[in-house]
Amino acid sequence: MGFRLFPEQASTISFEVDHLLYFLLAVAIFFTVLIFCAIIFFSIRYRRRSDRELPHAVHGGLPLEIAWSVIPFGLTMVMFTWGASVFFKESRPPDNAMQIYVVAKQWMWKLQHIEGQREINELHIPVGRPVRLTMTSEDVIHSFFVPAFRTKQDVLPGRYTTTWFQAVKPGKYHLFCAEYCGTKHSGMIGWIYAMEPRDYEAWLSGGRAMGSLAENGEKLFDDLACGNCHKPDGSGRCPNLVGLYGKNVQLASGAVVKADEAYIRESILQPTAKIVAGYQPLMPTFQGLVTEEGVLQLVEYIKSLGEKPGVPEGSGVTPALNREVPNTQATRPSNATSTPRNR
Amino acid sequence: MNASYGIKSWLFTKDHKRIALLYLATITFFFFIGGIFATLIRIELLTPKGDLVSSDTYNKLFTMHGVIMVFFFLIPSIPATLGNFFIPMMIGARDLAFPRINLLSWYLLVIGGLFAIFAMVAGGVDTGWTFYTPYSTSYSNTWVIATALGIFIAGFSSILTGLNFIVTVHTMRAPGMTWFRLPLMVWSNYATSLIQVLGTPVLAITMVLVFCERTFHIGIFDPALGGDPVLFQHLFWFYSHPAVYIMVLPGMGVISELISVYSRKAVFGYGFVAFSSVAIAVLGFLVWGHHLFVSGQSLYAGMVFSFLSYFVAIPSAIKVFNWTATLYKGSISFATPMLYAFGFIGLFTIGGLTGLFVAALGIDVHVTDTYFVIAHFHYIMVGGTLMAYLGGLHYWWPKITGRMYPEGWAKLSALIIFLGFNLTFFPQFILGYLGMPRRYHAYSDEFQVLHVLSTAGASVLAVGYLLPAIYFVWSLRYGQVAGANPWKATGLEWQTPSPPPPHNFEETPVVTHDAYDYSTTVGEVIEVG
Repeated sequence: MGFRLFPEQASTISFEVDHLLYFLLAVAIFFTVLIFCAIIFFSIRYRRRSDRELPHAVHGGLPLEIAWSVIPFGLTMVMFTWGASVFFKESRPPDNAMQIYVVAKQWMWKLQHIEGQREINELHIPVGRPVRLTMTSEDVIHSFFVPAFRTKQDVLPGRYTTTWFQAVKPGKYHLFCAEYCGTKHSGMIGWIYAMEPRDYEAWLSGGRAMGSLAENGEKLFDDLACGNCHKPDGSGRCPNLVGLYGKNVQLASGAVVKADEAYIRESILQPTAKIVAGYQPLMPTFQGLVTEEGVLQLVEYIKSLGEKPGVPEGSGVTPALNREVPNTQATRPSNATSTPRNR
Repeated sequence: MNASYGIKSWLFTKDHKRIALLYLATITFFFFIGGIFATLIRIELLTPKGDLVSSDTYNKLFTMHGVIMVFFFLIPSIPATLGNFFIPMMIGARDLAFPRINLLSWYLLVIGGLFAIFAMVAGGVDTGWTFYTPYSTSYSNTWVIATALGIFIAGFSSILTGLNFIVTVHTMRAPGMTWFRLPLMVWSNYATSLIQVLGTPVLAITMVLVFCERTFHIGIFDPALGGDPVLFQHLFWFYSHPAVYIMVLPGMGVISELISVYSRKAVFGYGFVAFSSVAIAVLGFLVWGHHLFVSGQSLYAGMVFSFLSYFVAIPSAIKVFNWTATLYKGSISFATPMLYAFGFIGLFTIGGLTGLFVAALGIDVHVTDTYFVIAHFHYIMVGGTLMAYLGGLHYWWPKITGRMYPEGWAKLSALIIFLGFNLTFFPQFILGYLGMPRRYHAYSDEFQVLHVLSTAGASVLAVGYLLPAIYFVWSLRYGQVAGANPWKATGLEWQTPSPPPPHNFEETPVVTHDAYDYSTTVGEVIEVG
């Protein structure tokens, strides 16, 4: 049973968060000592010696009031600016970050690597590389919390949130769910294994991956017959998806949206929410037909189309990439983990 | 006040003083219920494994601890008891503006409380006092609706009390009692009332929406029904952050009274202290988003809310500095209420300063939803509000009952509470920064030492809270007779017999001095300072 006052510093951001903490601690200790000392000193120095004592009335002093308003205000603005700049870094993943997908549910973490490795309540990552997490929940709100990385981000049902970190030293770090999520909230925990890049590569190739995420997404794409309408040459009844990811899309409403992960997810589950200009709202919803993990695979597949424009995939012919792996994600109605009773 | 006896004379009373005592009995009952839950939580957390109660039971314990303590103890605490009793007396009025509504608001609190207790007895509720969706609306299998209904009803009690105070302060001040002669207790309760009237309806609406989604499956918060889960958090905190000030502002008012009377000096910077209460009430409505820094709200929304949150720090700092400055060249007595006032300033300072930590975006990402936050808000709500409440109760006890409490025991219990409180909650700051998440039934071994310290502190604290309950009751019969003004205080409530007559004053007082002019009460004097 170890005992420590400060948590391990295991990510790039952890040092910056701690520096800010030290500053805040210094200010807090200074003012606490100041107030405590003043109270103790005054109470001893001016203690009542007779019940008939009457001190001279003093009604205040404007310079003092201004001083103890303006000085704390200045200090708090330093705190705000410093805190906001750290937050800015915490919130914006670098472009070269490697992607991990996280699906939370009562009460487990399901994590998927681009290469296809899947983990439950464990995440293996390389040291020295930024890791970006795209997360969603199948049920209630959870929160992805790694104290050693000073990282926390709520994981919401029905939308994607992202966070990122870069581990600086190999080790095994706590992963906690930090948003109360029901019975086994305190059991929704796991470990982050930060590994030397070489060990990570070994781990990655040693696993029993069932095809990369994009490959599984492609399989799902075919199973759901998405290609019947979304033809890669643009001749289909629905928009061409090749090269879509990251582009700006002109909508029928006149608005322009960026085709990011959230947009693709929404277009699969609520196709009528944003209609692309020049197309009819023909697409049925796939809500309930594709799990969150399946959606992530589809997203990753569509992203991969952007990276390799013109990949031979058209005419409904199943490409050779496909492996004989049963896809457990497809066509299973989304599970209702809980049946609420109302009172 | 003792004009008539019998249960009916209490249940149908329109006397603000008797209603205050009904509140006192009610919230004391709820305090000990909430305290029992807290005790069970602390015993469970003595060991890392969840071995005393099941996970579900634990989740219900912390939920009901929060619900009871926030909605049925802290929010009514000072306004409904000390405020109810003394606001009319301090301004020289015979009663509140609407005595019947005052009685109605007590009944509403009781009815709301009965719903909450029904929910507990029937099986409890496990959503956390924050009722986050979609857990509360679509997943929890517990008595959410009954509890929400209890909170909804108790909310109207709070609204009506606020309304009553506002009208009373505006219309019933005695001749000569100008706004700037009001005791600071009145200012802070007035500011509190503004929040109660403006903020509480939002909570009521939110509870109705939860009810609609849970019962009729109307999609409001649950994405599976087409709702937005974060919308709930915005609505909830739009009330519940200002509610923190509903809890602590009246305490600040009490402290202003105590610091003044036991140093026998006017509060330094009266105007600044008075307006800082109003400033806190107004600014309190602009900072709710600081509870949502990691909720997925936009980066820039987070920045705006962090920026605004720091503004609240300034009026709070102004108060602490002015209280401290009041002591300068005073005549300082160490009567029990003053010990509580010192305790309040110390603990509120720590609670307030750690508020600067959680308002800093970069730090909050790490500490939110951990024990750091638990420690922070217990320093404000228990270290602040509860210390002020106990201090005020000791201060006005002789006025309320006509009897003195036993000074030695009272000092001892004040000391025990201060030490026990720090031992309970200070380790939780460290726990939180180490990464111990809140609402965990079982935890990792490395956190145990700090949890053991915390539980030890809680045991000390429990003794500290039981003592006053015993000696206050004892003093009703055996306490020394107090006389009208044992502290030589200046407030109008002290210029009438103890306990006060049914209509407070034999004749309406006329005010000719500022608040806190001790030359009028000390009599034969030795000048110091």
